[in-house]
Amino acid sequence: MSGAAYFASFWLGKLSLKALPPSAIQWFGASLMILVPLGIALLLSVTHRWKWLYHEWLTTLDPKKIGVMYIIVALAMLLRGGADVALIKTQQALSAGSNAGILSASHFQQIVTAHGTIMIFFVAMGLMFGLINLLVPLQIGARDVAFPFLNATSFWLFFGGMVLVNISLILGDFAATGWLAYPPLSELHFSPTVGVDYWIWSLEIAGIGSLLAAINFLVTILKMRVKGMNFMKMPMFVWSVLGSMLLVAFAFPILTVTLTLLALDRDIGTHFFTATGGGNMMMYVNLIWAWGHPEVYILILPAFGVFSEVVSTFARKRLFGYPSMVWAIAAIVLLSFIVWLHHFFTMGAGSDVNAFFGIMTMVIAVPTGVKIFNWLFTLYRGRIRMASPLLWFIGFVVIFTIGGMAGVLMAVPPVDFQLHNSLFLVAHFHMMIVGGVVFADFAAITYWFPKIFGFKLNEKLGRLAFWLWLIGFLLSFVPLYILGFMGATRRLNHYSASLGWQQLFIVSAVGAAIIGMAVGVQILQFAVSIYQRKANRDKTGDPWDGRSLEWSTPSPVPFYSFAKTPQVSTRDAFWEAKKQKQTSTPQPYEDIVLTKNSPLALVIAGGALIFAFAVVWHIWWLAIVGLLIVIATIILRSMDEHTEYILSASEVERLDRAYLKAGGLSK
Amino acid sequence: MSELPNAADAVEVLTRHKNYSNLTRTAKLIAKHDADTRTIFGFWVYLMTDCVLFASLFAVFAVLHNNTYGGPTGAMLFSLPYVLAETLILLSSSFTCGLAVLSAQQRHKKRVLLWLGVTFLLGASFLGLEVNEFNKFVRMGDSWRRSGFLSSYFTLVGTHGLHITIGLLWMAVMIGFVFRRGITDLVLKRIRMLSLFWHFLDVVWIFIFTIVYLFGAIKL
Repeated sequence: MSGAAYFASFWLGKLSLKALPPSAIQWFGASLMILVPLGIALLLSVTHRWKWLYHEWLTTLDPKKIGVMYIIVALAMLLRGGADVALIKTQQALSAGSNAGILSASHFQQIVTAHGTIMIFFVAMGLMFGLINLLVPLQIGARDVAFPFLNATSFWLFFGGMVLVNISLILGDFAATGWLAYPPLSELHFSPTVGVDYWIWSLEIAGIGSLLAAINFLVTILKMRVKGMNFMKMPMFVWSVLGSMLLVAFAFPILTVTLTLLALDRDIGTHFFTATGGGNMMMYVNLIWAWGHPEVYILILPAFGVFSEVVSTFARKRLFGYPSMVWAIAAIVLLSFIVWLHHFFTMGAGSDVNAFFGIMTMVIAVPTGVKIFNWLFTLYRGRIRMASPLLWFIGFVVIFTIGGMAGVLMAVPPVDFQLHNSLFLVAHFHMMIVGGVVFADFAAITYWFPKIFGFKLNEKLGRLAFWLWLIGFLLSFVPLYILGFMGATRRLNHYSASLGWQQLFIVSAVGAAIIGMAVGVQILQFAVSIYQRKANRDKTGDPWDGRSLEWSTPSPVPFYSFAKTPQVSTRDAFWEAKKQKQTSTPQPYEDIVLTKNSPLALVIAGGALIFAFAVVWHIWWLAIVGLLIVIATIILRSMDEHTEYILSASEVERLDRAYLKAGGLSK
Repeated sequence: MSELPNAADAVEVLTRHKNYSNLTRTAKLIAKHDADTRTIFGFWVYLMTDCVLFASLFAVFAVLHNNTYGGPTGAMLFSLPYVLAETLILLSSSFTCGLAVLSAQQRHKKRVLLWLGVTFLLGASFLGLEVNEFNKFVRMGDSWRRSGFLSSYFTLVGTHGLHITIGLLWMAVMIGFVFRRGITDLVLKRIRMLSLFWHFLDVVWIFIFTIVYLFGAIKL
């Protein structure tokens, strides 16, 4: 190696001008990824908001603000994942017979992989952790989470993972392996570019962020509930989060191990999953699904929690079958760890093993069914108000039930042999995750928006968005069931015209376009609602006649959350208090201990991002720098013994009165 | 946990002093006690997730331990007396770590420094022995590249070693803390967590010793 080449490879690793995007579409994506942050930076400069951004958001340790940031990032990524859909659907609608479509095969596979990765890790997980941050402390009557600094670190690690995925649009490529990157395809021999490394390291840092967040919320829920709120008095959302976080704590370490082993295979030549050298690629598939199947329930359980809250509020009735709901969650938590093999019945584990996992998969549908019936029984004879959160619930029941039935069908191993890796499967899991998780998140955003921002979202546009979503979604995915039966496989970038599939692919693309319109309406909904915020102002703090503690605070929730520690003696504590027109003995205001802001969480995640980027490109000196930043910052933080401050009782009283006056809240 | 202010103490203070400033002081004591138990509990939860991490690596080892791909088996590589020495050193370090916690509870700064120092040295010797063993295998040509078995061996034992390294770093920082600031409540809490971490690594090592080395060295 010549001196110059050695010099370049030391300082830049594998990075060179060849890493820049090769095609026009990729240039477009790359320039978006540069222009959007530049545009935001410009806007901040013009409006002199950098200081505001730094003090109010970048350094905040307030879970309510962290929750908002999670949701903003997740919604931005929803647009990014949606842009991927536009390309995928256009390609599939065009690419029959002699027409090659608009994308090269490799680029198409990268887009499909990016779509799956982004939608699961940075949209669904982001929305879920956003809601958890916003709601769990409020619903259990706590002012903060157990470890506020750790919580901010979790968020910024998630953010760092997101940034890394998007850097792949500008420098190098992304994995073209499918969203779970099965070896041997994802091994160095078959995927020699940095794509898979981007995938590994973005998930690695985002995954560690999720794991830390799970520890945080487990401790928050188990140790910080307000006095009087025992387990069977917790709001159902908190129960669902407890279940979900238990799953994260048990499943995410497996993901960390699996990704690390794949990285070791690629970077230092180990033989965990290689085709030669004594590796075992089937072990990867087992490991990734031992994480991956619980992950499905990690996402869906909080969604169930959201619907439990929405349904009982809009039926103005206490949740039907509370204990059975709790047991259903517990059963799902347990069972979700013994069904992973149904993702690869075709691996050839033998009929006994397949039968066991097939039966377990059918069994796990039972607690889920229990929940669906409980919600329906809650609505039965309730005094129902048809607001858009409830519409999302009804859409969810329709889609989730169809998708769930398809799932039980595929739980039969011989049937699965026909449908494995077909578009039937694609339709099934989109119905579960979009119809289940995403619809729940939209319901939640509409429902809790006034609590966080102080005004309601525009209802008319919300309804329009719902109907467009529902119609577009069915139009987009029902054809995929049919195509799946006809033999169309997933990640299909080209097919023969003689198969007669093109019409169905076109219908599906039209459905996707309608979903695109729905998203447009949702953006309009935010814009219009912000414009009309004075008219839609929530002055009561309780716009929906809610049941749990968060509705006892003014809207938007003050930074200290509760001026006085709430009192709980029953389930639906706030609802009961309202019903009995409780005139509890006036409590004195107390000093409140709050956590100071800190920029160090951002620095830790920044170090992790530098480390991850450097490892992707084999820039070893930079990796060491990133790691040293992380270690030094953790030590620096540990030396600070004054991380809290006290808001005096008199100050709390002054702020609270100001809130009550401004909101016209009578308490 | 007697050194930490507990709720019972706080209530006693509350009944003795009824004026407002003491009430808030009491509230602070309770809040602090709650925060400390939360941190220790949170650390336990973290250790459980780490347990899952090691369990996954053990599972990987179990799957791959026969995949020697023409390379050496465990029986050919491992020297049990050497590993026994490592084990005894690590177990002793766990004992001295316990002594450090006991001294910290008595707020005995010098003894804490002594025992943390001894623990550090023992931990560092363990790590040195492990690195030396790895080095020997690699120089014989039996690195992690050789076979699936050796990949999983180096990764499982190496992950434990990485944890030990982090523990040593933590211990060094704690020695600095004790030296500069003495034994505050915060320092005591952290020494407790460090010792939990260290004992946990001890337990993991016992499994490594048994499953990797003993089962590997004994030809069945």
